[in-house]
Amino acid sequence: MSNEARKVLEVKGVCKDFGGLRALDDVDLDVREGEIVALIGPNGAGKTTFFNCITGIYTPTFGEVNIDPTGDGFKRINGIKTNYVTEMGMARTFQNIRLFPSMSVIENVMIGCHCRTKASFLGAIFRDPRTKKEEQETIIKSYELLKELGLEQFADELACNLPYGAQRRLEIARALATDPFLLLLDEPAAGMNPQETLALEGLIVSIKEKHNISVLLIEHDMKMVMSLSDRIFVLEYGREIAHGTPQEVSENPAVIKAYLGEDLDA
Amino acid sequence: MDYFLELFFSGLTRGSIYALIALGYTMVYGIIELINFAHGEIYMIGAFVGLTVAGVLTSFGFPATSIMVLASMAAIVYAAAYGYTLEKIAYRPLRSAPRLSPLISAIGMSIFLQNYVMLAQTSDFISFPSLTPEFAFLDKYSSTIGSSDFLIIVVAAVVMVLLTLFIKFTRMGKAMRATAQNRKMAMLVGVNVDQVISVTFIVGSSLAAVGGVLIASHIGQINFFIGFIAGIKAFTAAVLGGIGSVPGAMLGGLILGWTESFCTGYVSSDYEDVFAFALLVIILIFRPSGLLGKAPIQKV
Amino acid sequence: MEGLKKSLLVSLWFMFLTLPIVGVFVNTIDDVVIWRLERVLYVGICTFFLSFLWRFMISKKEAGAKRDEETGEEQISAFGKILANPSFYYPLLAGVLVFALLFPQLFSMYQVNIMISALIYVVLGLGLNIVVGLAGLLDLGYVAFYAVGAYSYALMNLYWGVNFWVALPIGALLGALCGIILGFPVLRLRGDYLAIVTLGFGEIIRLVLENWGDFTHGPSGIANIPRPDFFGLFTGLSNSIHFMYYLMIVLVIFTIFIVNRLKNSRIGRAWQALREDEIACQAMGIDKVKTKLMAFSIGATWAGLVGVVFAAKTSFINPASFTFLESAIILSIVVLGGMGSILGVILGALVLMLLPEYLRAFSEYRMLVFGATMVLVMVFRPQGLVRDVRKKIDIAAVRKALGGANE
Ligand SMILES: Nc1ncnc2c1ncn2[C@@H]1O[C@H](COP(=O)(O)OP(=O)(O)OP(=O)(O)O)[C@@H](O)[C@H]1O
Ligand SMILES: [Mg+2]
Repeated sequence: MSNEARKVLEVKGVCKDFGGLRALDDVDLDVREGEIVALIGPNGAGKTTFFNCITGIYTPTFGEVNIDPTGDGFKRINGIKTNYVTEMGMARTFQNIRLFPSMSVIENVMIGCHCRTKASFLGAIFRDPRTKKEEQETIIKSYELLKELGLEQFADELACNLPYGAQRRLEIARALATDPFLLLLDEPAAGMNPQETLALEGLIVSIKEKHNISVLLIEHDMKMVMSLSDRIFVLEYGREIAHGTPQEVSENPAVIKAYLGEDLDA
Repeated sequence: MDYFLELFFSGLTRGSIYALIALGYTMVYGIIELINFAHGEIYMIGAFVGLTVAGVLTSFGFPATSIMVLASMAAIVYAAAYGYTLEKIAYRPLRSAPRLSPLISAIGMSIFLQNYVMLAQTSDFISFPSLTPEFAFLDKYSSTIGSSDFLIIVVAAVVMVLLTLFIKFTRMGKAMRATAQNRKMAMLVGVNVDQVISVTFIVGSSLAAVGGVLIASHIGQINFFIGFIAGIKAFTAAVLGGIGSVPGAMLGGLILGWTESFCTGYVSSDYEDVFAFALLVIILIFRPSGLLGKAPIQKV
Repeated sequence: MEGLKKSLLVSLWFMFLTLPIVGVFVNTIDDVVIWRLERVLYVGICTFFLSFLWRFMISKKEAGAKRDEETGEEQISAFGKILANPSFYYPLLAGVLVFALLFPQLFSMYQVNIMISALIYVVLGLGLNIVVGLAGLLDLGYVAFYAVGAYSYALMNLYWGVNFWVALPIGALLGALCGIILGFPVLRLRGDYLAIVTLGFGEIIRLVLENWGDFTHGPSGIANIPRPDFFGLFTGLSNSIHFMYYLMIVLVIFTIFIVNRLKNSRIGRAWQALREDEIACQAMGIDKVKTKLMAFSIGATWAGLVGVVFAAKTSFINPASFTFLESAIILSIVVLGGMGSILGVILGALVLMLLPEYLRAFSEYRMLVFGATMVLVMVFRPQGLVRDVRKKIDIAAVRKALGGANE
């Protein structure tokens, strides 16, 4: 189904060197509108580095990252600062949770709204009606996102006091607050128990439908990856060793050898 | 050319002193990420202890060479003792405090120690006896380099070599490097971090005392405020070279010394400090981690 | 018994430490050595008793930390509880305000003058609080912007006869401009590098003022700066001092108002987020440099503004008023008071500024006590006198609004 849809993200030949280490080697990847794409690979394969390269936290050594949020042609974004990448509509979560620990849960989400609001410091001082209205809308939007992720009862708590799974969901809420066209999730189910993981699966699908976005997902939980993704890309030692539908990938001998072997047997 | 050489050596002399003090800043920063604002005061206290001990020994009629050695030793021992105590009182209780708190504590200590010495001694400049022997073989070059310049440069060089060997090869030196890289990890593999921090303060303070006695004897007078200015300069040198980096502190000290000396010599002595700070700003803009500092690895 | 031994060791150690500094004075001119060993003994006796107190306080602090850990939250002091209660809060506020307004009537001119200085530091503290407390940028050269404000009034008045009221906004603007000019290149630097660069910048400004004699009158400074006149109303020394006092009160209230609004706004939130995690913050679409620059220049604006007032108040300025020590003291106000907390900063400024004045009894010991106080407050209350509390988002109201919409 997704083959006709247009590409929203297209990555070509991205390499990333850390000193002598080539953490990414000529990686190609694309995400189409409305798709859930998974990026998998053993520990240290370079998945997080890939996210960092496409979101501007690192600059790729070689290669191109192009996005097309609206359907009017690709824009090249590598080398652009992270905050502009987010403004253009790619929002991410972090593998090792990076919330703002001593801000309240709802404030964390409101930070996500920052780049979609305008109030300047003059607005802050005079509190003109426009600023007030914007602030009110920010609060309501944030609260609704919290509700969507089942966090509304924590709205007032400090982010650092949240249970682990809730912190992961808060990261998703915060990323959604930036109104992305593509959501990048770095191991959203890490540290969750099977029920939580299952619930998260449903949540990701419903978010995708409701916000009309695409999702690029890094995950180690194979069951989740297989049931969620439309397509899968597999990295090993920074190289892309396979890509295709879950079916294709799980039958690919290189993948089975490199990575899936144990998991599928089990 | 003679003038150039004169400036070169006076810059080298100054730079060596800056480097000696800068090492203390850089070592402490490397290990506990604290700008030890009271470090300049330790240097000043070193100079004062050198002065009183030299005075007392003179009054007992000791010979000149033994006075020099004993006064310097006393200065080193006392500076080390003050540095150790300083860390125990003002910084150790603040290990887990918010980041700026130890800094304020350091500024408070700096104010305290300045006033302590001012009250106990005097607020005037006191003349400092020249402890340096005259080196006869330098007579020919007396227009470009004096005996005390020579002594400062040689002593500083020797001390820095010793320090480098200490950090590279001794057990304690290795523990220091490990702690600087990752304090938690060092603790897990059995490094006694408290002890390492204490030793860092002791070593850094001793180096500052060496600098203090040398420069006081070179310039010939001291007061309670000398530590402040020298401290700020030395800290600038440490940042210039890349804070946390031991060779960086040495390089930064020398560059700062030469900058000041040449600017004073060829431009104007009024703006000596302006040049020093302007240099710092420019270098940091182009090399945000200093000349030899490593950019921190940011794992995301 | 154990404690006795410990204290004895401590006191011996301190006697050893103070021996060459306190116990001996060498007069190098006449080559006389003056022994003052009895003073070392006093030090020993004092430290013997103080070390008991020190250990007691440390153990109390540790017990407190443990209790917080167990209960999972900070114990709010009785003081904090009273303040949080509106039925105490408003009368208290009104009382303070009345006291502030009556102050010049109740106290001598000398006291009023001291209070004006203290209020100047309140504003400086609140201004620096935007930079350090809210945005988390360590600025050690804040006094430079203060100098810019003071000198802009003094010089404009000297050369063009510009009056106070015109100079006030110009000083503020120049402060902001300097903030932007300095901030733009250096705000990319990491925390402590920023500290030393701002320190260097502060020194550069002071040295330029000192050495550019033709223009700034160098170290001898500028005298006869006129006090503000207000339609010719407050003439005479006493009246004009009272007028300065009320002007400062207005300025303080204005500053509190603005800082409070900034703090609880979209910008204030972004500052706090930036303070907590820069990378996550940028990944949420916040422009790091722009946001920091805003804090830096707004802070500088306040220093410039109050610099003009300072020049008018003292009617004489010279570069010696703008040393690094001044920056350090303003920073201490912010950190001692409690970073980010407006009430804390005000208390910090009043304590730090009034303490040395009322410590005049100790005359030369006052800076010693001042330094020691800074260390002790940090050791025993590292988060400052008053802990910062942000205004909470009113969740109940949102729930109600949304609930209403759904039904
Ligand atoms: N900033 C950095 N500097 C140097 N090396 C790095 C840096 N970031 C990542 N690496 C290295 O790049 C390689 C890929 O790391 P990465 O974090 O991308 O792996 P990953 O696939 O996300 O692994 P995991 O499943 O454990 O999260 C690793 O060898 C890692 O040590
Ligand atoms: Mg990863």
